[in-house]
Parts: sequence; structure tokens; C-alpha cells
Amino acid sequence: MTENLIQIQDLTKVYGAGTIAVHALQGLSANVEQGEFVAIMGPSGSGKSTLMNILGCLDRPTSGSYVLDGEDVSGLSKDRLASVRNRKIGFIFQAYNLLPRLTAVRNVMLPLLYDRRNHLSDAQAVARAASRLEQVGLSDRLHHRPNELSGGQQQRVAIARALINEPSIILADEPTGNLDTRSGQEIMRLLDELHRQGATIVMVTHELDIAENAQRVIYLQDGRIISDRTHASGIAHMFNATNGGGR
Amino acid sequence: MNLWRTFRVAWEGLVLNKARSFLTTLGVIIGVAAVIVMLAVSAGAEAEIADQINALGANLVMVMPAFTQGGFRAGAGRMPQLSYDDIATIQNGVTGINGVSAEQTTRQDIQGGGVMLEGVTVIGTTNDFTKVREYAITAGRFITDSDNDRALKVAVLGASVAEELFGVVSPIGQPLKIGSTKFTIVGVMARKGVVGNTDYDSQIYIPLTVVFKRFTNARFGADAVNTLYVSAESRDAMADVMEQITRALVKAHDVDPASPDFQLITQDSIIDAQASTTETFRNLLGWVAAVSLVVGGIGIMNIMLVSVTERTREIGLRQALGARPLDVRLQFLLEAVMLSLIGGLVGVAAGVGGSHLFNALGTMRTELVVESIPLAFGAAAIVGIFFGYYPAAKAAQLDPIVALRRE
Repeated sequence: MTENLIQIQDLTKVYGAGTIAVHALQGLSANVEQGEFVAIMGPSGSGKSTLMNILGCLDRPTSGSYVLDGEDVSGLSKDRLASVRNRKIGFIFQAYNLLPRLTAVRNVMLPLLYDRRNHLSDAQAVARAASRLEQVGLSDRLHHRPNELSGGQQQRVAIARALINEPSIILADEPTGNLDTRSGQEIMRLLDELHRQGATIVMVTHELDIAENAQRVIYLQDGRIISDRTHASGIAHMFNATNGGGR
Repeated sequence: MNLWRTFRVAWEGLVLNKARSFLTTLGVIIGVAAVIVMLAVSAGAEAEIADQINALGANLVMVMPAFTQGGFRAGAGRMPQLSYDDIATIQNGVTGINGVSAEQTTRQDIQGGGVMLEGVTVIGTTNDFTKVREYAITAGRFITDSDNDRALKVAVLGASVAEELFGVVSPIGQPLKIGSTKFTIVGVMARKGVVGNTDYDSQIYIPLTVVFKRFTNARFGADAVNTLYVSAESRDAMADVMEQITRALVKAHDVDPASPDFQLITQDSIIDAQASTTETFRNLLGWVAAVSLVVGGIGIMNIMLVSVTERTREIGLRQALGARPLDVRLQFLLEAVMLSLIGGLVGVAAGVGGSHLFNALGTMRTELVVESIPLAFGAAAIVGIFFGYYPAAKAAQLDPIVALRRE
């Protein structure tokens, strides 16, 4: 079953107006199918972050359409976007973004708090969060706070949090950016595993070896897609030519 | 997100910074405690005054001399005053009363039973004194009308005086020297204690006419009475009694009813006058309390603004995970309201405790006004909502992208 989970058409994003206007996205079109693992690469200022913000329903495009899971979300209100984020998107951030005062379980439960369809009791919610933590290999760290966990473990908690509402898509923004190589590899193995189980993942990275985990690599430059291939190795020369992704 | 969960999230936010949360609520605590203590103090003062006035006797109408408009009455050529005869005028001309009494006080050294007491309060009065003051006699008899008519030198002792002079021996029939005049003791009063400022038990009671003859200076109108005390049969009868007294005295004094030479005062009118002064006092204190609540509210707003800035990233994350602007707003508004309500709660406890403490220490009499508790608590809640609104709105307006990027 191949179904387009994400359809973007002529997407543009302009910040500011007039002569100081910045055209962050200049007419992007792409589809992401159910079950794909897509990496988005590109140098700083290429529009990666802007694209991720729009894909994550944190921002709205200036023009163009974005259909997520059959629903056109390009013109939704703030409240509706919040609801879409809650139900359909699982975020994984570079800096994990766990709340320091909450235990792992409570951090994982956070999205349930804002799910208005959710009528789980507290105990049920805790059980569900615990099972997600088990899925990412942290069943023995349920009641630890973030400062009692390693960076890799914190990112796993964040992944468990991204999974709690069974989202249509997982958006990972430099998921290994704050981690050492070994922890980074563990996180990538976890994402691979999720992908094999059928999850759709879109990941921004500027590291080629991380991007190689994906089936498909979209390369952005100056707000346009300049390459969209089914394997990372094909863009290696381009990556070298543009001298990496900043940072 | 349901309200209970929002409550829990807000609570977690407060617990995060216990010391700061407590300091923030201090303003509200002081404001609320001030409201309760101040109302208790002024209610206590009012009750104290009411007690003193009621101690005079129930359903009492006091008749006092009054200056008429334009000064002294031209024809009379003397200060307006009430006389001994006015007692009879009221007794005979007014229905629905328990009694009429007049009092004239003097301080004298007394000697009896071989004991001498200096500076004892001697009250010259009439038979109805016991009815008007609701004061019982235990042995012998009280002053009678005929004692007064004939100015007999008889005396009735307060319970403490009787004990000091004669111990357990009955003083009835014993001689008593008041000043240089010899009296015969005819009765002893029951114990009444201190009411208002008067210690009834340490006084001596003699006929009013004897005081006029023996203990007042004739030059100042020897039979002048400062105040007549009229006891009405019931509270409902008071208005009618006052009307009758006015009519009887206007006729007896032959004065213009529009500007009589006397005035009628009731406990109620004194209490009312007193109430209006305490009300002014209370309004002033009310403003003080209101100002401290506002200052407390500004403190809360200040801390909530700091908190929103500090937790920008948290707000961004919550938004990314699906919190609507409304959810964020509610979370921070509830934090502010909970701060002020906790302040209110502690303030109520401090206020109630403080009021009791004042009473217990005897510094001043306080009487807890129960209504002040919901009043102060409600004011605290309103302060929380009012001053929490702006920081909460600021939090809700944050752009999740910007907020998430904040370090």
C-alpha cells in the first residue's frame, strides 16, 4: 500500500516584506509516502528548518498547499494546527526538550495532556507511557528525571514521547546533533527499527552518514529542491561540493 | 486538556519554585490577613461600646437637658436642667414603662463596722433604680419613694462593700458614716459585678434627695438632675414611650415643642452614632487592605512575567506537542490564581489567628467577622485573575518556533 502521507505543492515561505523580504522557500513540491524514511539535507539557510516548521504545522506557508494524511493543513487556525500536531506529528528535537522537573514517564505522557479525544485514566496513561519507554529500551528508567539520564537516554525518552499518540509521521530535527557517535548510532538504530515497523519518518540532518540511514534524501539549496534521490550515496559529490551543511 | 489536569500542571509549576512562590504570595497574605484582622478589631470595638451601653439596662431612654436654639431661655434665667419633680411627671404621665430613675454621684469616705474606706462612690437615686438597672437586692430593702420624700438617711450597700465592712455579719440596722453624716443601713444588694465601666458591688446607694441636701452645692441648683433613666416595658414600646415623655415634659416645662429644653437618647442612637464613626474608621482600613492586595497582585504579575520568560522553551515545547494558545493561557492563569488563593488561605489563617491572639493577649478586643473570610478570599481570587491575565496572555501569544529556539 503506497499512499501519499505528505503532499506539498508549490510551497513558498516569505519572511518580511518588500526589499527586505527573505524567500526561505521558493516553490517546493514533493510527496512522502506512507512508511518512507526521508532525510532532508542542505546547507545553512537552504530552507531546511523552514520546511520542517511547515511540515510540523508549527508554521504556515505563504502560498502553496500542504496535505497531511489527507487533510489540507496549509490554512488551518492556530488551534486546529495545535490539534493536528498533537494527533498526527511526533517531534524529535536536537536538544531533546524534556521538562527537567518531570520523570521520564511524565515527560512521555505530556502529549496526552493536550489530546482532547483522550479519555484515558491516569493509570492507563502511565501504563501507555511506560510501554512506549519499554519500546525504546528504557523500562528501567521510568521514574528518572532527565538530569539522571545520559544524552542518548534523554533522546530515547523524547522518541517515546513522539510515539505516545501514534502519530502519522515522525519529524526528527538533527536527532543526533547533541550526541556522541556511539549514542547517535543507537538513536539511528532505534529510528531504523521504527521505520521497519512501518513508521514514516522525515529527518533533517547535515551529517551524511546519518542521512545514509534513510531510504531517500532530499537536498535543498536556496529554498529549492535540487536533488531527490532514493539513496544518500548519490549525493555525496554534491554534499562535498557545497562544503557541508554549515555549523 | 481538562481542567483538573491543567490544575496539576499549574501546581507543578508552582512547586518548582517553592521559596519564590511563597515570597510572591506574601503581599496577598498580608492583604487578606489585614482585611480580617481590621474587620475583627473594628467589630470588637463596636461590640465593646454596645456592651457598655447595654450595661445601663435594657430598653433604656435617657432624658438629658438640652440647650434650646438661641441660647438660654430668656424668661427662665437659668441653665436648662431636669429636676427631681420630672421623675414624678414621667412616672405619672407615661404608660408602658418599668420605671424612672435619676442618679447623682458623689465620692465620700465611709466608716462602718469599725472599718474605714476612702473615696467610695455613693449614688443618690430613687426606688426604680433596681428596675432600670436590673439589679436585685439580697437582704433588707432598697431606697423607697418615702425615703426620698422625707430625705431619710438610709443606705444600701453593694455586695463588696458590705463584705469589707461587716464580713459575714449582717449589716442591716447597723450605722454607717458617709462623710460626716450618720446613716442607717437598710439593705444589701446582690452581686452584679463589673458592667461596662461600673463596679456595682463596690458602690453605696442612698436617697437622691439626701445627696441634694448633704453632698451638693446649693448654688448650682441643688435639685438638678443630669440624666433621667426611663426603662420601657419592651423594645417595641420605646417609640411610644419616647413620644409620651416628650409630651409630658413639654407640658410640665411649658416650652415650645419645636425646641424643648431636654433631649431623649436611646442606646440605639448612641450605637448608631458610634457605628458611623467606626464605619469611617473601617472604610479607611478597607482602603489600606485594598492597597496591599493590589500591591500583592502586582507582585504576582511580576513573578508570573519572570516565570513566562524563564519557561519560554517549555511553552514552545507544550505548543509543539499540541497545547493550544488557550491551554497555555489557562495554565499560567491558573498558576497566578493558585498563588493568590494559597496566599488567601494562609492570609485567612494568619488573620483569624491574629484576631484570636489580640484577644488572648488582651491587647484589644476583637470579634471575628465571619463574612470577612469569603470576602478576603474572593478578593484574593479576583486579584489573581486580574493580575495573572496579562502574563498568561503573553505566554499564549508566543510563537512556538521562536519559543523552542530560545536557550
